[in-house]
Amino acid sequence: MEAHFCIGWPGFTLDAALSLPEKGITALFGPSGSGKTTLLRCMAGLERSQAGFLSVAGEVWQDERRGIFLPVHKRPLGLVFQEASLFPHLSVQENLRYGMKRAGNGRGEGFEAMLDLLSIRALLKRAPDSLSGGERQRVAIARALLTRPRLLLMDEPLAALDMKRKLEILPYLEKLHDELSIPVIYISHSLDEVARLADHIALIENGRITVTGSLADILSRPGLAAAFADEAGAILETTMAGREPDGLVRLAFSGGSLLIAGVGHEAGKRLRCRIHASDVSLALSAHADTSILNCLPATVVAIEEAPTPGHALAQLRLMDGETLLLARITERSRRALNITPGLKLIAQVKSVAILR
Amino acid sequence: MDNSSLAAIWLTCKLATLTTALLLLVGTPIAWWLANTRSRLKGAVGAVVALPLVLPPTVLGFYLLLALGPHGFIGQAMDALGLQRLPFTFAGLVVASVLYSMPFVVQPIQNAFEAIGKRPMEVAASLRASPWDAFFSVALPLARPGFVTAATLGFAHTVGEFGVVLMMGGNIPGKTQVLSVKIFDYVENANYTQAHWLAGGMVLFSFAVLLLLYGRRKQAGWSR
Repeated sequence: MEAHFCIGWPGFTLDAALSLPEKGITALFGPSGSGKTTLLRCMAGLERSQAGFLSVAGEVWQDERRGIFLPVHKRPLGLVFQEASLFPHLSVQENLRYGMKRAGNGRGEGFEAMLDLLSIRALLKRAPDSLSGGERQRVAIARALLTRPRLLLMDEPLAALDMKRKLEILPYLEKLHDELSIPVIYISHSLDEVARLADHIALIENGRITVTGSLADILSRPGLAAAFADEAGAILETTMAGREPDGLVRLAFSGGSLLIAGVGHEAGKRLRCRIHASDVSLALSAHADTSILNCLPATVVAIEEAPTPGHALAQLRLMDGETLLLARITERSRRALNITPGLKLIAQVKSVAILR
Repeated sequence: MDNSSLAAIWLTCKLATLTTALLLLVGTPIAWWLANTRSRLKGAVGAVVALPLVLPPTVLGFYLLLALGPHGFIGQAMDALGLQRLPFTFAGLVVASVLYSMPFVVQPIQNAFEAIGKRPMEVAASLRASPWDAFFSVALPLARPGFVTAATLGFAHTVGEFGVVLMMGGNIPGKTQVLSVKIFDYVENANYTQAHWLAGGMVLFSFAVLLLLYGRRKQAGWSR
């Protein structure tokens, strides 16, 4: 899908261009006030900009130069807001039917499957006021999807939930990720959420998209680390390879394998992991006498000043030639070890977080 | 209670019901516009709607009488169209009442629309509801408490009007003689017994209406 919107009012200008794959979740990530929500509202047709262009799956929804503007209700999109915006005067079932009926899905195609996917079958007769925040948000997501949208826009759907509810709803979003074959734009300022869910990421700052790319690529670019502050780190797609006799689990990926303390998954399961830059240290030679289990040979691609004072961020490429890691070291170590691009060294990974 | 009192009560109920119905029809679009517009005219229109709150009813009645009378521009237009002139008719009373009770209907509905906010309408649009569809399927049901308040206040206020009726409709029994005017009549003729019946009834009626209104605490709001 292609999107380009210019809109301005006193003190704020949005001039954002996005070109995204037709499938997968794209996280729109940026500080508050950067224009994330405005961009989303433009795509939905809720804000009209002087200059705007939007095409989804080759269909033009908006092209102001040619005077094309589909109003919101004519755009086949799903919209999920921060707060679950169920209609309070309708039951859960009526809420779900509201959109289905109007989107020409009166026969309820996919209705049963959706009830199971989001576990809301038991809620059908309930009133929105009687649901928990997480339940409401699940119903809101189901309601949007039952209109069979060709674009799903989600504006911080978890932001209004407490941590417990967030953890309760994330698995559903992950399931959705596997089921959906439409582009999803997901606004968030939580890098954890983004790292768990997104395939692509678009960074937005002061109303401009500064960079877009795959999640693994963007998160491990040292130059972009400022956007993520302390949360910079690499994303690894791994496969559960087997369990060692002592209970440790081996996760295989293209650049080697990682040993981590037991997780309850069967072999062959795909797991997305995150390695924080602050959990990676560097050594010039391999040590046998270290307590660190995961030591991966790597080459320095780039090294830059880190957003945290006195630190540098090094981007490393593993032996497979594609997997990227990010390591945060002190400026003193950088000088002492003379770490420069091209140097071959050993990345010592202190901990690995399983995202999903 | 004598027959002329009953006639006045019947006439008053008829007037109030008709006025309330018309006001809901006319007032809803005005309230919607006031709640949603960014026009510079919003203030002016809002002020005009609210005028009857502060004007003495005689002032409103006086100008209505002039405008609708044989020398007024509306009166002459109606003459030209071959229509009956409105002063001293029941229809004239309805017109006057609609104007006079306007703020009591428009303001609660406007408040209700404003309280709903834009979000439900945006949600409805994202679920493929056209603006009209969304208005009827979302805005109206959500604003229901506002409509109940508006209808109640509009009805009660019309029942209670006096000055405008006297100016516009005079005091014609069975035609324009409503309750409040009838009471005035009785008192002028020192018929306190009959006046008591009607006046006491009005006190009870008004109290009951307000009790109903203020007692209805549960206001269905937009869930967050």
